[in-house]
Amino acid sequence: MGAAPVELRGVNFAYGEGELRRQVLREVDLRIGPGEIVILTGPSGSGKTTLLTLIGALRAMQEGEARVLGESLLGASEGQRVRLRRRIGFIFQNHNLLGFLTARQNVAMSLELDGRHTDAQRLERAGRMLGAVGLSDHLEKKPAQLSGGQRQRVAIARALAGEPGLILADEPTAALDKQTGQEVVRLLRDLAKGRGVPILLVTHDPRILDLADRIVDMEDGRVVQAAQASA
Amino acid sequence: MNEVPPPAKLLPPNLLPWAPERTGEAAAPPPAPRREPGLLAGLLLALRLAWRQLRADRARLATAIAGVMFACLLVFMQLGFRGALFDSATNLFRAMRADLFLMHPLTEASFRAEAIPRARAWQALADAEVDRAVPVYLAQVTLRNPETGSRRAVQLIGLDADAGAVDFPGLADVAAALRRPDTFAFDRLSRPEFGPVAAMFARDGPFAVQLGTREMELVGLVEVGPSFGADGNVVLSEQNFRRVFSRQATNADLVALRLRPGADVAATQARLAALLPGDVLVLTHAEMVARERLYWETGTPIGFIFLFGSVMGLVVGMVIVYQILFADIAGHLSEYATLKAMGYSNGYLARVVLGAAVILAVVGFVPGFVLSTLLYGYVAGATFLPLEMYTERAVGVFLLIFGMCFAAGLLAMRKLRDANPADMF
Repeated sequence: MGAAPVELRGVNFAYGEGELRRQVLREVDLRIGPGEIVILTGPSGSGKTTLLTLIGALRAMQEGEARVLGESLLGASEGQRVRLRRRIGFIFQNHNLLGFLTARQNVAMSLELDGRHTDAQRLERAGRMLGAVGLSDHLEKKPAQLSGGQRQRVAIARALAGEPGLILADEPTAALDKQTGQEVVRLLRDLAKGRGVPILLVTHDPRILDLADRIVDMEDGRVVQAAQASA
Repeated sequence: MNEVPPPAKLLPPNLLPWAPERTGEAAAPPPAPRREPGLLAGLLLALRLAWRQLRADRARLATAIAGVMFACLLVFMQLGFRGALFDSATNLFRAMRADLFLMHPLTEASFRAEAIPRARAWQALADAEVDRAVPVYLAQVTLRNPETGSRRAVQLIGLDADAGAVDFPGLADVAAALRRPDTFAFDRLSRPEFGPVAAMFARDGPFAVQLGTREMELVGLVEVGPSFGADGNVVLSEQNFRRVFSRQATNADLVALRLRPGADVAATQARLAALLPGDVLVLTHAEMVARERLYWETGTPIGFIFLFGSVMGLVVGMVIVYQILFADIAGHLSEYATLKAMGYSNGYLARVVLGAAVILAVVGFVPGFVLSTLLYGYVAGATFLPLEMYTERAVGVFLLIFGMCFAAGLLAMRKLRDANPADMF
């Protein structure tokens, strides 16, 4: 089998300097295989969000070995990290859609960094992606005209449209009610599975834990338990 | 609402759940390599994003456009007044068409010319290329308004109209009448404070007006144009000039020289400068006008005042544009951070902000330009100042406004640093 999309070994990370230095990650090892859905849980302050931002190349690595989508993160320049981010789909707690763009234009934004497509192709692809999340009737609506669940589905379409090699999601259900949240995550899982894209999902929401192939529990900056989800 | 849609169209359901690490199945083939968009395409996309963002908030866009327009208008008016002042200050000299002029080196401005010996005119005729030499006499006296009776200072221009060395428009037609004693021609472009002189002349023909302390007859109209130094002009013959304004008969203020056709102006100028004593300068028409202009530019604070006004307009405009751009970024920090997380570089987002600034410059300049052109016409009609929209000025002001918006964009751009994608989680 080829290299895993995410492979971390002995990752340490600390905020601050000198007296104020606070270690948030200690010797973290984590491996996510192709198409695997991993849920990261743990109390707040356990370092899971920091881990997510490191894997997402949103922060510079400090110590340890990390390969994401074949790129080594340690010592990667800002430019390298920016390029790597284009191959990762992000889903945030809040949808963070651009309010002045329609749903379709928002999704197309994730394709504009790729010079392979024309504008018409981008919009066409964005339209198909929105169709896949069940929003084909809402293509030209602005985010303000959509419900919370619909917005998060647009965010999912945006994260998936760029054919990412990895999806990182942070509490994607936090702003949604119970039923909508579950539907949205199920949709995310189905789409990602269909494309073989691994997902790393940080959540506190116990209702969506059963969607994971594997649950990784963190505490105080360490991975304390890597439980196989009941398959 | 929010029912889960069937994803079935894209993939057969029996593929779920798909876990190659357990089945040993091969992973999906990697997608084709990505390619960065071309430089131009990237710029256009950034510009389009900027425009869409600006367009979304109409009220804010209107404020921004109004700000740029205001700055534009202010700069145009200030530069217009400044230019008009200098243009009008040189009106008298610009209207005098001759090839070369003799002038005292100490003469700074036409309204207070230093006298030169009239003999210099005849001496200049020694040069074979000089065809005609006409002494010009300048002085200011008052002219009585024929309607209200009030008096106002007017510029006297005494010269031999028959010689044809100085051809103000209309002068040739009145040259014969000016030969008669106690006659003068009035500048129809003079400010209206002198009364409806031109209209009265058109209606009644020649009539008597008091010029200085003497009753003179108005026999014709010429076109010279008022200047800051003089509200109106009067053209009369040498003899009539002396009747109105007594002075040393051998002194003139200016000598206008006409050269023979085909003469080398520069060479003649050099020969005359060598021939004549140091109490006269030999100037071309352009040099004389430039000298007059230089006096108003450097000898008075007027130029600086208008320049200062222009700078204030630019500063106010920049602050407005900066505020708008800054508020746009500050209000969309999480969206900008999301774009960064999606792989948009700082440079791209900087181009979006600068793109917005550039759009505001263009969108604000166009109405500002149109409004300024209209105002120029209106103000020119009200003040009789030569306010004109020159292409160079329009281009210059556009560049200033562009620079102003660009600088505002550069300042606002710093706010982008606060959009940190790592804080999004």
